[in-house]
Amino acid sequence: MSPILEGSGLSMRYGDLQVLTGVDFTVGEGEAVGIVGPNGAGKTTLLNVLAGAVRPTAGTVRIAGRDVTRARPDQRCRLGVGRAFQVPRPFGGMTVLENVVVAASYGAGLRGPALSRQAADVLEECGLTELANRRAESLGLLHRKRLELARCLATGPRVVLLDEIGAGLTDAEAAELVSAVRQVRSGDIAIVWIEHIVHVLVQVVDRLVCMDTGRVIADGEPQAVLGDAVVIDAYLGKAAS
Amino acid sequence: MSEQWTVKRSGRATRISSGVFVLIGIVLFTVPLGFRADVVQQLTTLCTLLIMAVMWNVLAGYGGLVSVGQQAFIGFGAYATVYLAQLGVPAYLAVVLAALASAVLAVALAPLLLRLRGGQFAVGTWVVAEALALLVALDHELGGGTGVSLRGLNTIAPDWRRAYTYWLTLGFAVLLLVLVFLLLRRRSGAAIQAIRDDEEAAASLGVRIMPLKFMLFVLAGFGCGAAGALTLANTLFIQPQSIFGVQWSAYMLFMVLVGGIGTYEGPILGAILFFLLQDWFAQYGAWYLIGLGAVAIAFALFLPRGLWSLADDRLPFRLLPVGYTLRPAG
Repeated sequence: MSPILEGSGLSMRYGDLQVLTGVDFTVGEGEAVGIVGPNGAGKTTLLNVLAGAVRPTAGTVRIAGRDVTRARPDQRCRLGVGRAFQVPRPFGGMTVLENVVVAASYGAGLRGPALSRQAADVLEECGLTELANRRAESLGLLHRKRLELARCLATGPRVVLLDEIGAGLTDAEAAELVSAVRQVRSGDIAIVWIEHIVHVLVQVVDRLVCMDTGRVIADGEPQAVLGDAVVIDAYLGKAAS
Repeated sequence: MSEQWTVKRSGRATRISSGVFVLIGIVLFTVPLGFRADVVQQLTTLCTLLIMAVMWNVLAGYGGLVSVGQQAFIGFGAYATVYLAQLGVPAYLAVVLAALASAVLAVALAPLLLRLRGGQFAVGTWVVAEALALLVALDHELGGGTGVSLRGLNTIAPDWRRAYTYWLTLGFAVLLLVLVFLLLRRRSGAAIQAIRDDEEAAASLGVRIMPLKFMLFVLAGFGCGAAGALTLANTLFIQPQSIFGVQWSAYMLFMVLVGGIGTYEGPILGAILFFLLQDWFAQYGAWYLIGLGAVAIAFALFLPRGLWSLADDRLPFRLLPVGYTLRPAG
């Protein structure tokens, strides 16, 4: 599997705070990778670095082999990196459809009928067709999360970065979201998914990465990682033992 | 899979209301033919206020660029007109050239000011305005601190002069409204509204922020320059303290907040309301200003999306075909 997204030697520091230390991270084409770890482990920062929202203090990021360490987030998006934020960030003053139109026209570069098709398809995939003409700020949490995913998919990504999209949802709602993400997988979009709800995560991912204090402490087949003594100690703690 | 759904941009309602907009425009052009001179002059004032409101909305409402220094361009436009007229350029041509010169000024200032964010940007623009005011006040050719008159228009019969000024002002207002409409109608429209709501999220969806902000800043510079030049053509006399005064920013803020920030129709509504308030209550001096402030605060607290939101939330359609709607196909 050739890597679609690759970070090597990534370090990030804010003043005295070392958030990432020499992190190596790759995602193969069409692969689904979960990231777990305690709060403050550097998971969201890693996503920020991969998406280009922040520039790492050391290390390189490559998309399909191309060095994009200095590229802006919008350039990375057009190269195929889609992103869903931890707290949904809908364009509140626009309708659900218009939110998706921004992504399809700028992220995927579509115009005219192709744009129209893409927007309608993505809305249907994410179960938002009925709400298409509502202002995004009127949506509840589950629908905001779906919109976050829909916008991300409308950019026509080769890899999507999902940050705790299950947080704050009931089990039933999380299950719905999982089926939406699984549908994403059936295309050959790669997935990087940070999630605390581990049992949800393992239903979808091929590989699990565990982070702690800015480092990768385990990386491999999900069950193996969850059984790792270091992971149990750092993250799963007493609940699993 | 979604063959039964399609994205539409206009319907019968938007076509009718767009037609009404055009009709109102045509009617407004005929005003000087039938009305008293003071009405024409008043409407000229309304049009300049309208231009300012629409331009400030473009900046703050769509670009998220809250400027309290647009008076830099208003003053620059007015003084550029004076300067060009002194060089012998016909006055009305000078107005047009001054607006273009203001756009050039915006191009020059953009690399400096657009680096700044939020409050820094607001203060930065104000500093630029004050600096320009000082430069002008130091120039004796331009009348120094005591003010200067626009020469070249006094040879025209007053009624015709007012009519010409009105037509030119209305022309600018229509031109700028059309430009903003096109900006919203094209794909940039969705992008600038996305920037308005969440810049970082817009960037993560592939929107390149800087060129769009640059375009908005230059458009606003052009429009505010035109408003300043036209204010001069309407009043024939200006002083640096008033034409570069921060009160313009307060007025623009008022019109846009009260009308409805980030909407096409809001600033138009806000400009008309502000014009009427000014006309009815300006004689009360300080109390008038206190009243304006109170109204602005009340809107910020209780109706933050402005007057237009009252209509917008109730109408089942949009007035202008600038949005996107999902409809069943066929």
